[in-house]
Amino acid sequence: MRNTNTGLPFPWRVRIVLGMLGALALILVGQLINLQVVHQNFLNTQGDARALRKEVIPAHRGMIVDRNGEPLAISAPVETLWAEPQILSEYPDRWADLATALETPADVLAQRIKLNATKEFMYLRRQMTPNDAAKVVALGIPGVYSRKEYRRFYPAAEVTSHVVGFTDVDGKGQEGLELAYDSWLEGVPGLKDVLRDRLGRNIKDLKLVKQARPGKDLVLSIDLRLQYLAYQALKGVVAENGAKAGTMVVLDAKTGEVLAMVNQPAYNPNNRVDVSSSSLRNRAITDMYEPGSTMKALTVSSGLMNHVITPDTKIDTTPGRLRITYKTISDHRNYGVLDITGIITKSSNVGASKISMMLPEGALWQTFHSFGLGQNPQTGFPGEQPGELPFYKPTQVLQLATMSYGYGLTVTPLQLARAYVPFANGGKLFPVSMVKRASPVEPTQVVTPEVAHDVLKMLETVTESGGTATRAQVPGYHLAGKTGTVHKVGPNGYEANNYFSVFAGIAPASDPRLVAAIIIDDPSSGEYFGGAVAAPVFGRFIAGAMRLLNIPPDDLEGLIKLQGKKS
Amino acid sequence: MKQVDFQRSLQGGADGFAPPPTIWQKLHLDPWLMLPFLLLMGYGLIILYSASEGDMGYVERQALRFLMAFMVMWGFAWIPPRYLRNIAPWLYVFVVGLLLAVLLVGVGAKGAQRWLEIPGLPRFQPAELMKLVLPMTIALWLSNKKIPPRFSHIIIGLLIIAIPVLMIAKQPDLGTSILIAASGVFAILLAGVPWRWVLLALGAAISALPGLWMVMREYQRQRVLTFLDPESDPLGSGWNIIQSKTAIGSGGLFGKGWMAGTQSQLHFLPESHTDFIVAVLGEEFGFVGIALLLCLYMMILARGLYLSTQAEDLFGRLLSGSLVLTFFVYIFVNIGMVSGLLPVVGVPLPLVSYGGTSVVTLMTSFGMVMSVYSHRSRQGLMHK
Repeated sequence: MRNTNTGLPFPWRVRIVLGMLGALALILVGQLINLQVVHQNFLNTQGDARALRKEVIPAHRGMIVDRNGEPLAISAPVETLWAEPQILSEYPDRWADLATALETPADVLAQRIKLNATKEFMYLRRQMTPNDAAKVVALGIPGVYSRKEYRRFYPAAEVTSHVVGFTDVDGKGQEGLELAYDSWLEGVPGLKDVLRDRLGRNIKDLKLVKQARPGKDLVLSIDLRLQYLAYQALKGVVAENGAKAGTMVVLDAKTGEVLAMVNQPAYNPNNRVDVSSSSLRNRAITDMYEPGSTMKALTVSSGLMNHVITPDTKIDTTPGRLRITYKTISDHRNYGVLDITGIITKSSNVGASKISMMLPEGALWQTFHSFGLGQNPQTGFPGEQPGELPFYKPTQVLQLATMSYGYGLTVTPLQLARAYVPFANGGKLFPVSMVKRASPVEPTQVVTPEVAHDVLKMLETVTESGGTATRAQVPGYHLAGKTGTVHKVGPNGYEANNYFSVFAGIAPASDPRLVAAIIIDDPSSGEYFGGAVAAPVFGRFIAGAMRLLNIPPDDLEGLIKLQGKKS
Repeated sequence: MKQVDFQRSLQGGADGFAPPPTIWQKLHLDPWLMLPFLLLMGYGLIILYSASEGDMGYVERQALRFLMAFMVMWGFAWIPPRYLRNIAPWLYVFVVGLLLAVLLVGVGAKGAQRWLEIPGLPRFQPAELMKLVLPMTIALWLSNKKIPPRFSHIIIGLLIIAIPVLMIAKQPDLGTSILIAASGVFAILLAGVPWRWVLLALGAAISALPGLWMVMREYQRQRVLTFLDPESDPLGSGWNIIQSKTAIGSGGLFGKGWMAGTQSQLHFLPESHTDFIVAVLGEEFGFVGIALLLCLYMMILARGLYLSTQAEDLFGRLLSGSLVLTFFVYIFVNIGMVSGLLPVVGVPLPLVSYGGTSVVTLMTSFGMVMSVYSHRSRQGLMHK
């Protein structure tokens, strides 16, 4: 070659240059082998670490339905928008678009992004409708993603608010049965392997690691139709009487199941922005009240069971006052000589007190206790109260006497309603349940069927003319019940002018189906007697409930009389 | 080479005439250079399709550039080297002037001022022109000197190189200035420099490195630091290099398959369709895929170097030799930086990276190489 290049040192130079190039090329190849063969495993793992992610599959929370399958709480799929601030903060020019799409002020959003700029996660907006979320995602702003969640909706809203309760935004039960049955309702989230790009978007589902297991449905004993009726009746009366609050429990007289449980004030569980803690309380279970004269039915039962009285026993309540040690027990007026029915009908405190004095040691406590007072009803409901049932020695005559007409002990409205169930079914006390029972449970016989029958007859007179609860009357039906008007306890003992207005009722009296307890807290529009305030709630409720449950009228005479009057 | 030459001289000697010009010689094209180029372009388009996530628009635009670049190359193949030779000094002065204009009124982004906007013309980078003009100028400067050149000639040659290189480095555009410096230095090396001078120069260059550090921009220093220890800032400046090494390495011997690379397709790899495209190739086609690419490059280099040895005068030989060697620098610097051997400088992978400028410049330089080869005088051939 040298000859063709006339002495120029080109060829061997070319060879040396070629040799150098070859050496450099070998270095390149060496590095490639180093990466692709020697460190292939490590780098492959590194690569997977960037692109492969485990993602939680949300589990569908079980529905809560009433006894007829009407939905009370349902989980609907929604989209939650979230962002990776590390990425989002690199695109400040897109913040304005994002703020507009989210309908948040631009400066507030910017502030939040800056605050979280080093983080990998922040919520933008939770639980949007899939449509709205898709619109924001479609803007294609880097670092903005959406993910599926479930949102709880409560179709009956206020009406079932206290019973059902609610979940937090993460789907965890916070109140009511949502909390009590959280582990039953909540499912087990699943897990899947996904392929994710640098901007965190899911590209492909690779493998299902674990299927999400949906939660189980919860069937309540509540009958939504009765619940609506009760809610309507209670809300109306609370409003008409300017009362602070009210609560009502309706039980099935044959099974003891809770058919309705409503409270005032209530709240909308779908929008809990301005909910006060007082409206969150399920007073029917968590609040304790002195039951007042409604306890007279139990006192009479105790007398009958202990054979110290018969329904025909005459008790002289003259002069309508009874002085025990330093305290005078008084009746509304002087009722003179009353039989036991009369004591119930007229609600004589003196009469009840005199019965208590005839009872053997511990008998009154024993009766109250056997009716479930002072014991936790074991519904499992959060905040459930057992009430207070103190034990008084025979020497504590005053305490025993006041207890006989419902002072000096406390009950929850649920306990009160439950304690009236035995009068409605021949003396059987049922365990309470807020969940629909698959099979009937064994009740406890707390009084003999005869005693139960006798007391029911007495309670029936309460709603008839001459009784204290004539305003509970429903044309066509015999109702039974007992009123109570209880002085509220204030800082200085019993308040003179603040009352709980109480009613416990049974309907229809001839073949009881429903038992209810109603307590109205502090009616302020003038009327405050149990018969004037609480009893009408029962009447209004029963009027609708009887028709709804298709219960034939048991008081045709009354109906005929009524029609005669009209025509 | 020797064998071919020998046969050719035998042929010529036997007939006493130059062999009749082939169709390729008439067209001023070299088929053995064209073939690897075409294969490379096809291969590049396949990789680009994947790197752009199956965006046919990228592929079409790139193919159009290939077509344009091919026309430009062919055009230059027709220009006799003596024209290049005559115009070289004027071009040199003109482009240096343009570079000066870039420094004064150039436009750009991210703190670099690289483009010149002249009304009525598309905006362009004068540095790209210098990639062609400098080898021409050096080749011209040394072609009428005695070989090997005298020390003073070499120093002047180095000055000719230094002026544009420093101006480009000032823009700053380290990648381009390295490529241009290399093209000039290759021309001087090919002209013949005593080895001890070369060693001396290397020693001087190494001892000048700290000085280089002083004049480097902050981001350039950062790149060097990142190169030395990518893990020092894995989410910031080290990200690119860690990602590209991860992508290449996870490809293994045979790759994950076309369009199936997770690092590139899921955007973990930055600049995946431009400077870092070889990482896409490495991930999806593995070591085998890169080896195939290197083979194509080697074919071009070998043929290019052969053609330059066949040049009939020193100017042509120096010009085409340095252009071909610069092509090698492109490849080495790009793959070296993507695989973590070299600091990150903006050098595209020839004919594979998406982008038009470098394609046109490169094909133009090979147009010159072909021109040098195809414009040998018939007389010269007969003398062989």
